[in-house]
Amino acid sequence: MPENNNQNMTMMSVTQLRKSFADVEVLHGIDLQINAGEVHAILGENGAGKSTLVKILSGFEPASSGEMMLSGSTTSNTAGSVDGAMQKLSFWNNEIAEQSGVVLIHQEFNLAEQLSVSENIFLGNEIRKGLFLDKKSMHEKSRTYLQNLHSDINPDSKISDLAVSAKQMVELAKAQAKHARLLILDEPTAVLTQQESTVLFELIERLKQQGVAIVYISHKLDEIEQIADSITVLRDGELIGNYPARELSKDDMVRLMVGRELTSLYPNIPAPDTESAQALSVEALVVSGVGAPVSFSLRKGEVLGFSGLVGSGRTALLETVVGLRKQASSAKGKVILNGQQVDLNHPATSRNLGIAYLTKDRKGSGLLLDKGLSLNFSLFALHKFSKILLDTKKEEEAFNAAVDTFDIRMKDSSVTAGKLSGGNQQKLLLAKVMEAEPGIIIIDEPTRGIDIGTKSQIYHFIAELVAAGHSIIVISSDITEIIGLSHRVAVMYHGEIAGVLEDDEIEEEEIMRYATGLKSKLLEIHSAEQV
Amino acid sequence: MPKIDLKTAGPFIALVAIFIIGILVNDAFLSTGNISNILARSSFIGIVAIGATFVITAGGIDLSVGSMAAFISGCMILLMNALMESIDSIVVIIFLAVLASVGIGALAGLINGLLTTKAKIEAFIVTLGTMGIYRSLVTYMADGGTLSLSFTIGDVYSEVYYGAFLGLPYPVWVFFAVAIIGYVLLNMTVFGRHCFAVGSNESVARYSAIHVDRVKTATYMLQGVCVSIATIIYVPRLGSASGQTGILWELEAIAAVIIGGTMLKGGYGRIWGTVVGALILTLIGNILNLTDAVSNYLNGAVQGIIVIVAVYLQRGAWRRDS
Repeated sequence: MPENNNQNMTMMSVTQLRKSFADVEVLHGIDLQINAGEVHAILGENGAGKSTLVKILSGFEPASSGEMMLSGSTTSNTAGSVDGAMQKLSFWNNEIAEQSGVVLIHQEFNLAEQLSVSENIFLGNEIRKGLFLDKKSMHEKSRTYLQNLHSDINPDSKISDLAVSAKQMVELAKAQAKHARLLILDEPTAVLTQQESTVLFELIERLKQQGVAIVYISHKLDEIEQIADSITVLRDGELIGNYPARELSKDDMVRLMVGRELTSLYPNIPAPDTESAQALSVEALVVSGVGAPVSFSLRKGEVLGFSGLVGSGRTALLETVVGLRKQASSAKGKVILNGQQVDLNHPATSRNLGIAYLTKDRKGSGLLLDKGLSLNFSLFALHKFSKILLDTKKEEEAFNAAVDTFDIRMKDSSVTAGKLSGGNQQKLLLAKVMEAEPGIIIIDEPTRGIDIGTKSQIYHFIAELVAAGHSIIVISSDITEIIGLSHRVAVMYHGEIAGVLEDDEIEEEEIMRYATGLKSKLLEIHSAEQV
Repeated sequence: MPKIDLKTAGPFIALVAIFIIGILVNDAFLSTGNISNILARSSFIGIVAIGATFVITAGGIDLSVGSMAAFISGCMILLMNALMESIDSIVVIIFLAVLASVGIGALAGLINGLLTTKAKIEAFIVTLGTMGIYRSLVTYMADGGTLSLSFTIGDVYSEVYYGAFLGLPYPVWVFFAVAIIGYVLLNMTVFGRHCFAVGSNESVARYSAIHVDRVKTATYMLQGVCVSIATIIYVPRLGSASGQTGILWELEAIAAVIIGGTMLKGGYGRIWGTVVGALILTLIGNILNLTDAVSNYLNGAVQGIIVIVAVYLQRGAWRRDS
């Protein structure tokens, strides 16, 4: 009913929606009602379950249980329904979703880079004239859709030649071609300029007038306040509540997103002596493709947390520090290790100088999943077990010792790394890196996707390492984890460190303010520099 | 543990089976002359295939080995003929040619390696290109005909191919020496472990502080040296080189590697498997020569079937649980 302006009509409703990956439940019974002609914002921290939820709504992931209803449509899926009546979705996938007018625009776009704009807009939905493609009318219609967006992109341009914001416009044009009734936007303004965002909001307003329902995910609370009609807040996969937007202030939003108690999950990690030496300091390092120079330092015996939203540049920064990525070629950034400037041009150099980086991508970059545990364990510090030939006996002994130290549990030692549970993989990865005896350990997402028991174990390992004089950097999207472990917290926003928080400043809502760009110490620094 | 047994023992079982067929087919099969002939012939492909085992284990591929062998043969012959005018000792001439051969092989491997790692072109394309280049160079050097080694040198050098120690031809000893060194290098050193890691998952290797580019380049250089060793024992056999030298060696070498149980996608390699693979390929040709039941012209077809069956068995596609 795209012509119907009934603002109160429900477009989609969801009851007790649950989702599990393997044995871990990530969405715990979500209820949601999305109305036609309204912007429904979904709020939550990283990992709260927003993306999983919209993937289910748009048919990219099946729900594990729960009920989804969609207002009547003309597709075979809901055939026989009275037009406009709610229809239970018994079988739901992306194809059916798009036929029913439910369209998700991904954070990372879904465009064929080598095809033209109009080819993309009509991809899988091509207009034909007999046997052949009707390029002319596709071109014309593409132009119309783009004009609706106030965009002058040429329908014949190749996607790979377009700027990111233009690609977003193409995605929106594509949604129009699919006659979207329910449009889901996952962080649409992350890649847009202020001006482009304004155009997007105008478009959203027009779509609302036409009765389209819009689900909107964004970390930018200003935007939510500006355009949302209703708000659903998620936290750790739980539904915190559904609210009319006018009832919530921005502070309320932060409080609802965060509001958690810290528990004894975290061990007490004694703070380093204020006199203690700098273990590592990074000066004006420029991550390739980012542009802004970044500086920070780490004291001996300190845990420095790196917080920020996904995509804020934490991993890229620290991978650049250890030589996994190249610094921007024009940059003159320096890395000073224990008082000496060093050139960390390869992870092997870093390892030899005592810095190790633990990847967050256990399966893709951390472990050889089809290889045995011992082989994985010794790979990072293999030189320790070799004169001319490998001393496999020594290797085996070291592996057995590590299994004890890190409490790696397995059926038997002949299984491959891929057969271990996520928690045990993480412990194996930690053992692998620690075998090189680094003084400085950078751990990226130390506990992502692992159960609470193993989490606690890993926190205690970290505490023991610090007690033994190691210095640690923890990157985490889990704010409670950052707070529970860190002595100081660097919060990143758009590739820069928006602020390094200490003592009382280390608090969830304050971190979120820096992470979402509401607050920044950079401006103070920049203005101080100009004086 | 039938899974592990089949993977490691499979090629050996096949070798024994084919050997038995050989005995049944013709009494001449077991003669000392025939057996040492089989071993000597398999040593060329075998040595090249041992190099290929490293390249493939580390996730690469080298199609240029056959052309490279022809090119190195041509260079050696031209060099030796040229040196005759200035150096009297034929042994010294041969020695210098051998050194040059190893140098050219390593350099050719270095070029393949740098083009794949630094210029970031797929190994298949790089070595397809160098394959054409070396083949064409040797044809050019021979002016479309054949380069022949001077008879004076050939008489001395031929001992390397036709001579024997303890009843086994020298090429067989070289083959086994290369195999043993290859085995130790692949299975008992840091470099070998790194080959496995790079071929298994390059990203994990990089995050494990492995110099991925160096490891890959080293495998191509090792391949080049193996080709040069094979060439050193091949040149005295015929004493000539032409555009037809070493034709299809690359495919036979890859076939030997695959029959031996090394995974084409990388991450897992077996030197003894490769040795057995090379023996199987030579045996098939030999047996077809000794029997009228199947035409010798079908040699390639039988080899092809063996490769496909070998991979089918190793993948375990016939096993229900996988």
